[in-house]
Amino acid sequence: MTDPVLRVEDLYKTFTLHNQGGVTLPVLRGIDLAVHAGECVVLHGPSGAGKSSLLRSLYANYLPQRGSIHIRSDDEWIDLVTAEPHQILELRKHTLGYVSQFLRVIPRVPTLDIVSEPLRNLGVTPEQAEEKARTLLSRLRIPEAMWSLAPATFSGGEQQRVNIAHGFSVDYPVLLLDEPTASLDAENRQTVVDLILEAKTRGAAIVGIFHDAEVREQVADRVFSMQAYKDAA
Amino acid sequence: MTTPRQPLMQVNDISKMYGGRVGCRNVDFDLYSGEVLGIVGESGSGKTTLLNCLSARLEPTSGSVKYRDRTGDIINIYQAPESRRRMLTRTDWGIVHQNPRDGLRMRVSAGANVGERLMAVGERHYGGIRETATDWLDRVEISDDRIDDKPITFSGGMQQRLQIARNLVSGPRLVFMDEPTGGLDVSVQARLLDLLRRLVTDLGLSAIIVTHDLAVVRLLAHRLIVMRQGEVVEHGLTDQVLDDPQHPYTQLLVSSVLQP
Repeated sequence: MTDPVLRVEDLYKTFTLHNQGGVTLPVLRGIDLAVHAGECVVLHGPSGAGKSSLLRSLYANYLPQRGSIHIRSDDEWIDLVTAEPHQILELRKHTLGYVSQFLRVIPRVPTLDIVSEPLRNLGVTPEQAEEKARTLLSRLRIPEAMWSLAPATFSGGEQQRVNIAHGFSVDYPVLLLDEPTASLDAENRQTVVDLILEAKTRGAAIVGIFHDAEVREQVADRVFSMQAYKDAA
Repeated sequence: MTTPRQPLMQVNDISKMYGGRVGCRNVDFDLYSGEVLGIVGESGSGKTTLLNCLSARLEPTSGSVKYRDRTGDIINIYQAPESRRRMLTRTDWGIVHQNPRDGLRMRVSAGANVGERLMAVGERHYGGIRETATDWLDRVEISDDRIDDKPITFSGGMQQRLQIARNLVSGPRLVFMDEPTGGLDVSVQARLLDLLRRLVTDLGLSAIIVTHDLAVVRLLAHRLIVMRQGEVVEHGLTDQVLDDPQHPYTQLLVSSVLQP
């Protein structure tokens, strides 16, 4: 097998609630995980097992206390736990993609601009970026009449599909997916499965959370059980 | 990532004392080209003092601010001769004040407010100046039939947009903003935020924005500095600081925001 592109070693994450009596909540205890190019690892476990916390840590949205998260970018390894903000920003631009559970709505920005933005930030021409955005929005069945509108007034499922289009616009080598199919109908769920399989084929390393067993079976190469870690700790 | 980048601005251990009182203390950071840095904290935390120290308007008691200009020269702001500093603030920097009255000339026309910045950097051709001014008013969504009106006849939101046009017309590389959306209605704020966001991305600007509004930095800033009582208590990626705050004060700040 090829070398991994994502390597998590001995990762610990604890929340300390300073304004609530200093309560500490350990969520990740000694996580080890390696993900290879073209592989999809599904995080599995009951609510509260730390799936989303791990995924957010992999995007440097959460800051772990101990351990490392190495991501390969070109021929360089960058550790998200110790990297400088500008290194992480650079990594997010080129290498590391993330589809969150909910779209964070930006007031007044049209759907087409939201979806094409990651590509424009990479220096792709506006025309090419929009072309890709149109393709993704069409595949995800967002009616063309809505492309020029800001998604603030869209339904939950429509916002989620805009969010997915946004996350898949760049061919990131590492892709993190937090329940991308949660609020979708069967047809759109299948489109997302197709997008994930295509990303695997081009060599993306994927880590995701999928509650839908049918989706999980189609995309997962491996299931990473979070409960086991909690029990063992 | 393959090209190691040089910081645009290096801030080294800046402190500003007002007699025995602390304005800001031991502030250290690097700003990279194309980055937007947010400085947050409650009133009196030293945000504006720090911004003034960074933008060559208030000499710090100790520490240094170094800036890399277009030619790659490093300028030590408070060591450089006054003329050099003045040239820098005119050509490389922009300053957007919280109160548009501090950044605009209220009794000359909107067009002149924008045009005179071009003349300050050596533009002489009247037709060209007027054309560029009109173009910039259009970019900040001020209709061209208002070009000859004075800013005192504008609404607060329009004045703020005019101030932004006046600052950006000369093509600065770094813009300092002090509460740019303060005192505006939420709908006007949203419009201004969207405009700023677009301009920063399209022009590849770097910016340092002082605000007490966490929603503003969430939208605009890549990185965040949290200040309390003159000191930096937390520093990091914007979304990391807001979603996983480490310091007790940041946790308090984030949990105190009212969700509409």
